[in-house]
Amino acid sequence: MSTLLFERSLPRFAAARVASAFGSGKGAGVGPLRLVERDEPELPAPGWVHVDPLLSGICGSDLATLDGRSSHYFEDIVSFPFVPGHEVVGIVRDETPGAGGTALAAGSRVVLQPVLGCAARGIEPPCPACAAGQVGNCGRVAFGHLRPGLQTGFCAETGGGWSSSGLVAHSSQLYAVPDALSDADAVTVEPTACAVHAVLGAPIEHGDVVAVLGAGTLGLLVTAALSHLSVAGRCATPSAVLVGARYAHQQRLARELGAGEALPSDQLARAVRRRSHSLSYGGSPGTTTTLSGGADVVLDCVGSPESIAQALAMVRPRGTVSLVGMPGKVTVDLAPLWHREVRLAGAYAYGIEPERDVHPAVPTFSLAFEVAAAQRTGRLVSATYPLTRFEDAVAHAGAAGRRGAVKIAFDVRHPGLGTERHGGQRRAGRRPAGPNERPARTSTQRGKGPAR
Amino acid sequence: MSRRPGFVLEVDRSTPPTLVWRGEGFGLETLPTGSRVIYAPEPVQPLEDPYAAIRHALLHPLGDRDPLPALLRPGMKLTVCFDDVSLPLPPMEAPDVRQMVIETVLDMAAEAGVDDVLLVAALALHRRMTEDELRHALGDRVYDAFAPNGLLTQHDAEDPDNLLFIGETAQGEEVEINKRAATSDLLVYVNINLVAMDGGHKSVATGLASYRSLRHHHNPHTMRHSKSFMDQPSSELHSSNWRMGRLIAESGVKVFQIETTLNNDTFPSGFGFLQKREWEWSVRDRAKYLATSATLGKTPPRLARQVLHSLRSPHALTSVQAGEVEAVHARTLEHVWAQQGVDVEGQTDILTMGLPYICPYNVNSIMNPILVACLGLGYFFNMYRGKPLVREGGVVVMWHPTRPEFHPGHHPSYIDFYEQVLPETVDPSRMHKEFEESFATDPWYVHLYRTGHAYHGVHPFYMWYWCAHALAHVGRVIVVGGDPRAVRRLGFSPASSLDDALEIASDVVGPSPTLTHVHNPPLFMSDVR
Repeated sequence: MSTLLFERSLPRFAAARVASAFGSGKGAGVGPLRLVERDEPELPAPGWVHVDPLLSGICGSDLATLDGRSSHYFEDIVSFPFVPGHEVVGIVRDETPGAGGTALAAGSRVVLQPVLGCAARGIEPPCPACAAGQVGNCGRVAFGHLRPGLQTGFCAETGGGWSSSGLVAHSSQLYAVPDALSDADAVTVEPTACAVHAVLGAPIEHGDVVAVLGAGTLGLLVTAALSHLSVAGRCATPSAVLVGARYAHQQRLARELGAGEALPSDQLARAVRRRSHSLSYGGSPGTTTTLSGGADVVLDCVGSPESIAQALAMVRPRGTVSLVGMPGKVTVDLAPLWHREVRLAGAYAYGIEPERDVHPAVPTFSLAFEVAAAQRTGRLVSATYPLTRFEDAVAHAGAAGRRGAVKIAFDVRHPGLGTERHGGQRRAGRRPAGPNERPARTSTQRGKGPAR
Repeated sequence: MSRRPGFVLEVDRSTPPTLVWRGEGFGLETLPTGSRVIYAPEPVQPLEDPYAAIRHALLHPLGDRDPLPALLRPGMKLTVCFDDVSLPLPPMEAPDVRQMVIETVLDMAAEAGVDDVLLVAALALHRRMTEDELRHALGDRVYDAFAPNGLLTQHDAEDPDNLLFIGETAQGEEVEINKRAATSDLLVYVNINLVAMDGGHKSVATGLASYRSLRHHHNPHTMRHSKSFMDQPSSELHSSNWRMGRLIAESGVKVFQIETTLNNDTFPSGFGFLQKREWEWSVRDRAKYLATSATLGKTPPRLARQVLHSLRSPHALTSVQAGEVEAVHARTLEHVWAQQGVDVEGQTDILTMGLPYICPYNVNSIMNPILVACLGLGYFFNMYRGKPLVREGGVVVMWHPTRPEFHPGHHPSYIDFYEQVLPETVDPSRMHKEFEESFATDPWYVHLYRTGHAYHGVHPFYMWYWCAHALAHVGRVIVVGGDPRAVRRLGFSPASSLDDALEIASDVVGPSPTLTHVHNPPLFMSDVR
């Protein structure tokens, strides 16, 4: 059974970092990720079950890890070697209670909530965050009967979604997938939950101007979540949702998902200025640099030094910048943050979303399923690859925007198969030529596109 | 040799290729046999002694006005307003006609002992002029006498302390103009009538007005029903201005209107071939054409723009008349038509036009895509009397690179209009309803208009409304050689060559259309029968 394994190897880590200088995802072939044959992981404790992945997405945090650009902060809360893949829709092998006690029959389709909190780690009593349902803020992710790992996909004992030999999951991590959702919809539920949590965690008020920086998977899902949740009354309704999207297909999708305006990133500040009736100063006359007012809330779905600086330049005094995209070590001028008393907040993972008006408190994942169903977020899955073509898959994910794609995923349903969507058409792939090798670093088929 | 009138050439096999402007460059195009090419009349002979003619006009006013010296007295408040940088095109060689007229007016005021004199550039919602532009328009002598003392100002349509509400016309149009001008004992307006649209009551009612007032005639409804706004009696735009102008007069504002006309001697001698008929090009003209077009073709657009905007036109004064507004303007229009009128028989299926590097709103600036549309559909399309050159449902073909480039200092709201409005709609009525007010009242645009050199926030809307009549009239607009994305953003069709454009046009006008090309500039007006 094929598994993509990420091992601790400083030379390979360095090679990946060098290669990624030529573009995100370029380092997969020389980095610490290898395709190996591996048995299924063992169940670590009672309450755990095997899950066979169907689709497993490639996330921005995965790319950062493969590129060797991930923050050193995470070193102590991951354990090696690990199998990446935390965006997972799969099949549970045995009957088990799911999250919230819902019974899951053997063979049920499930989405993984990957955070390895106190319940998964067998820690009793749970930490205050887990006790409050805020599993994303768990303070015990390096403790308990599991080795360190903030999520499945970063823990040596659980396996991950990038494997056809399956992974193990605690029953508290599993959510049943409604029949109406396709596998593609379901594999986007985890990042959608991140988006939902970010939106509901941001102090958005009725009539606010909200700017979304970036329109990759996370930016588009934030847009989708904001649109759906405001209509549903789960959050306030902004007067304008402005999305900075570099590529034309991203702009189109952002509009489809509810953006009031979706424009090139370098135009976003101008749009925010106009919507917020601000003045602008700095730069030559007529150019927009620092706004006197600005957006009430900026959701930065990129997390780069440039995007953070851009966010600080377009948020209003006493406004909020929410870092939704995973940042690393960045150098940013914080003078505007200080001078304008801007709140800079992180938005990570999920938990329980608090009650609002007539709406009771609810797990983030429950809302994410709603958003995925209402917005058909599976449309963002642009291509899937077999594990054997992991180098192509990662390269595609690293250049997704430039190549007209959004979400790239591994198709683990039929090893060796992949699909690609073009204009809504989904084409079955064919098995790439040649057998997998062991170790299978040498991908059996190289090419720019996914398997066809 | 007497000057030759404009005429309509029918293209046959012996007709040489036609010169066509393409923004900051030009080239030769072979038009289909049977096409018509309309050439402007040759330049009218200029007045031999402009200063004497100006003095004569001021001393012998038209209509119910006394000679200017009789209106001047010590202790009075005199305001002299003048057209801004948008006229003439290209900017004329020094001395500018405004300088000649204003020097004469000021000499008379000095002789009469008038001390309280203020000069006002009648910007309406245009950008403020730079010192160089003001010096060029007024001359160093006037500039140095007035500017250092704060007596040379530029109308500020957003200055509540210097606007005066005059009242409403019978149609409910609010009239609000420059307070200093309105409260002066005498308002002298110095105009340049480059085209028939300029002048008359439009000078004061538009040039010195506020947005509150301008919006009553600068809107899609008025523009669509101005057929054309180069023909005052058929222009809703002018009807509204005339109502406002009469209200201003009735309110007691005494306007002494001075209108001037220029000949269409447009290009300096080095570029003289640009206004000649191609079959009359000498060997030297051909050599100049080859050298110039090749050089411009290889020159980066930014540099080519600088070169072309540095050109000064040898325009010369052909008439000057002064006195009461309507009497003056009627005489002015006679002179404009004498210079620019061309009789044309019948309409055409396809109207083609090369668009040059300059229009009224990008002097020393960039011709952005919105201004491209405005020059082609707002100006050249509307240069008619009677009926449009192109038939209803016909096609307009324009040559221009239509790069999505903007001058951020001059056209900041244009950038946002292009990025935020045009992707939503190209319908003038819809953008008027949904977007205009937010742009018009945007504090940043207001700030840049008042303190920088920016056109008012609402100005790109006006430029688009300028196209409203053409947009409602024609079936398709095709831009040859334009940036495809920018052209599509405007709602037009891009084509890489005239042949491609004709192929595209055939969907609208059939396979054997008639074609008429306007050989602009020099400018002319078609009297279409």
